[in-house]
Amino acid sequence: MNNNSYLQEEIIRRSGVNPSKCMRCGKCSATCPAYDEMEYHPHQFVNMVESGDIEPLLNSESLYKCLSCFACIDRCPRNVEPAKLVEAVRIAAVRKQGANRMTANDVPRMIDEDVPPQLLVSAFRKYTK
Amino acid sequence: MKVSYFPGCTLKNKAKELDVYSVKSAEVLGITLEEIENWQCCGGVFTTARDEVATKLSSVRALKYALDKEQPLVTVCSACHNVIKQTNYAMQNDKEFADKVNRYMAEGSYNGETEVYNYLEMLRDMVGFDAVKEKVVNPLKGKKIAAYYGCLLLRPNSVMRMDDPENPTIMEDLIKAMGADPIVYAKRNECCGGYISVESPEAAKRNSNAVIENAKAAGAEMIITACPLCKYNLVKNGADIPVIYFTELLAEALGVKEDTNE
Repeated sequence: MNNNSYLQEEIIRRSGVNPSKCMRCGKCSATCPAYDEMEYHPHQFVNMVESGDIEPLLNSESLYKCLSCFACIDRCPRNVEPAKLVEAVRIAAVRKQGANRMTANDVPRMIDEDVPPQLLVSAFRKYTK
Repeated sequence: MKVSYFPGCTLKNKAKELDVYSVKSAEVLGITLEEIENWQCCGGVFTTARDEVATKLSSVRALKYALDKEQPLVTVCSACHNVIKQTNYAMQNDKEFADKVNRYMAEGSYNGETEVYNYLEMLRDMVGFDAVKEKVVNPLKGKKIAAYYGCLLLRPNSVMRMDDPENPTIMEDLIKAMGADPIVYAKRNECCGGYISVESPEAAKRNSNAVIENAKAAGAEMIITACPLCKYNLVKNGADIPVIYFTELLAEALGVKEDTNE
């Protein structure tokens, strides 16, 4: 795990989260509306970042399932803010060259006549750098 | 009273009802919404990453514009409100981030001085729901209306400070002021799925249906929202009761809805 210490430091700095505050209650995952979609759940993000086990997170589809609804942030009794870790890892993933989850070529298939611009700009913010 | 108004991208096309009815209703209530010149899209979602700077500049520029006008900044859309309020909080509390942002600010430096209100907070804190009630000419008597907060208006509460994040009343109080009956239901502050509808439409459907079914089971005949994406997800995923913007209902109650129809 030594080669991940730089990445671990980067994730912690970018998120401002201190994962060692976690007391393993699981409330973040219990309240997560995307729980069923995820391979790694919010509490696992916290634990794995804490132990430096970041590579599996970086390559996981779970990064793209978080809704940014801030439920885990508000409901954590220890103020750990797991969603900020998910975000920090997702940014590390999509900032790599050619790693955008979504490109402009994907837009036509997403559009129907009711799609609000808000949907497209939000998705691009999350999935593309 | 005049305030700086940030409409946001969707209010100029798919959600015109949020824009035009807000402006018209505010006039009746003695507040002029002055649209910020050359405003740019807020980006739709706030990124919590401290090293994401450029994506937050449009919000900072809008905040700085309001500061120079010595006005509070008012938003209507839940997403714009969340992004701008969280950006403002970061400018107040994260000096390192604020320093990076200010290196881009040809307009002059900004450090979180502007007060940000959502339109609902403007109604509660600047106008007062009693004053709203007095201006109602078409009371929406007997209508059972479910307020859908979603996630962005209330969370994270440490920043948003709008209301009790788990037991909010601000939209219910507005519904009462308009003469209708608020329906309280468990899922009113749970996520509709948001932008996940491009990534996983089934997930958005599951989340949205849970909200609709829960509101209906509690007796709702109609759902109101402040968020174009919530409305899209609920309607797209088969809401069989009307889902409309709260501003449309307000304009109806205040008797100015017809004036604003194009």
